[in-house]
Amino acid sequence: MISVENLTKSFGKFKALDNVSLSFNRGNTISLIGPNGSGKTTLIKSILGLVIPEKGIIRINGTEIKSNPIYRSQIGYMPQIGRYPENMTIRQVINMLKEIRKDCNSYDEELIEGFGIPALQHKTMRSLSGGTRQKVSACLAFLFQPDIFILDEPTAGLDPVSSELLKDKIIKERENGKLILITSHVLSDLDDITSHVVYLQEGKLIFYKDIEQLKESTGENKLNKVIAMIMQKDFLKVHAI
Amino acid sequence: MKTIIKYVLLDLLRNKTILVYTFILAVLAVSVLSMSGNSSKGLLSLLNITLLFVPIISILFATIYFFNSVEFTELLLAQPIKRKAMILAEYIGVAFALSIAYLVGVGLPSVLLNYSLASLTLIISGVLLTLIFTALSLLIFVLFKDKTKGIGAAIITALFFTLLFDGLLLSFIYSFSDYPIDKPLLGFISLNPVDLGRILVLLQLDVAVMMGYSGALFKEFMGSAIGSIYSIACMTLWISLPLVTSVRKFRKKDL
Repeated sequence: MISVENLTKSFGKFKALDNVSLSFNRGNTISLIGPNGSGKTTLIKSILGLVIPEKGIIRINGTEIKSNPIYRSQIGYMPQIGRYPENMTIRQVINMLKEIRKDCNSYDEELIEGFGIPALQHKTMRSLSGGTRQKVSACLAFLFQPDIFILDEPTAGLDPVSSELLKDKIIKERENGKLILITSHVLSDLDDITSHVVYLQEGKLIFYKDIEQLKESTGENKLNKVIAMIMQKDFLKVHAI
Repeated sequence: MKTIIKYVLLDLLRNKTILVYTFILAVLAVSVLSMSGNSSKGLLSLLNITLLFVPIISILFATIYFFNSVEFTELLLAQPIKRKAMILAEYIGVAFALSIAYLVGVGLPSVLLNYSLASLTLIISGVLLTLIFTALSLLIFVLFKDKTKGIGAAIITALFFTLLFDGLLLSFIYSFSDYPIDKPLLGFISLNPVDLGRILVLLQLDVAVMMGYSGALFKEFMGSAIGSIYSIACMTLWISLPLVTSVRKFRKKDL
């Protein structure tokens, strides 16, 4: 569904992505993991066309993304930091997005209901807490029923109930055959939802593996244990995964 | 694009800074116009207020607004929207809001209290300056990645055109006073939108004495009709050039 070939991007001297090639398929939840500054957000932003890569090709459903923005109608994006015009109300933000996306006329408002947004809809964005803003971002990502979800740190700042609700929604969409790309530092949040793991370090792809396979070769059951094990020296070389 | 403009305006017309800006302009305009008995004197003070406030407020407010809405711009660009449409919509929204503030603050009082061709020119000049300095702030936003540097550049740009440029012009005149520099001087003035705005209004007022060297030159060389057309044309260029450059650069900008 998404294929990335030899993607390279640097900011000044700093190489954010170094010759990364990947391909993601329908029905998978792919967790992008890596230390800070490893290129996760740059990868996501390149797919969204927000960052212009130096080298490399990105294809979505076989067509190369270039200047034509139409492909983005298939993507629901939830940014890491949600900041909105201060004086707009939640309702106005949602209506604005709906007006921009005139091509779509059936909406998925499950999260809006689930998070209890209708009760807050007349509040201005300025008065909202970080968590509530995060909820609005999540609602907007799911609103237009896209085929691909790109979620950048979705559970950061959410309370446990909302976080579970969002995770359930992610699992449900995956079962509907959608592709979900997700980054998070909270590995325990990714545990039940991940099907594949992409590990990036200093802009390089270290591995891209099926989660079951990883659990088997490490003998661990929890994602954070798995990753910790792999990060130990020479594990990759010895096991050749 | 219309949708974005609509919502940017909806947000900005409830913005406290815009409301305070409108209010201060209105208070200044009403007091200046009703205090002095001589109408052209009142307009002249209003012109000075315009030339002082409009550039710096427009450029600072717009720059801060553009940098603050970076995250929302990103979110919208993740929708199927062209970058060009996005950035132009933001420009139009901000420029429109600031122009409305000027029209209500200065335009309304001067039309009601002192309706004349000169007042109308003052309004046109103020609106053009708003559009110019908002366009310059868009350019600053596109060129700088860092908000603090961007705001610094905005302050320097505003100070350059409102204060520094005149100093440079004076030293130019002073050091080349033995040569025929009238024509190069005309070209020089076109490089400063604030001077162009001043000349546009002064050409309509009968205060040749107060026009200084550059204004007198303008009147002598071009008469008021051609002079006005020339300065409006230059100011339009001052709007369109930064806009075109911003759109081009924004296409390649990493967000």
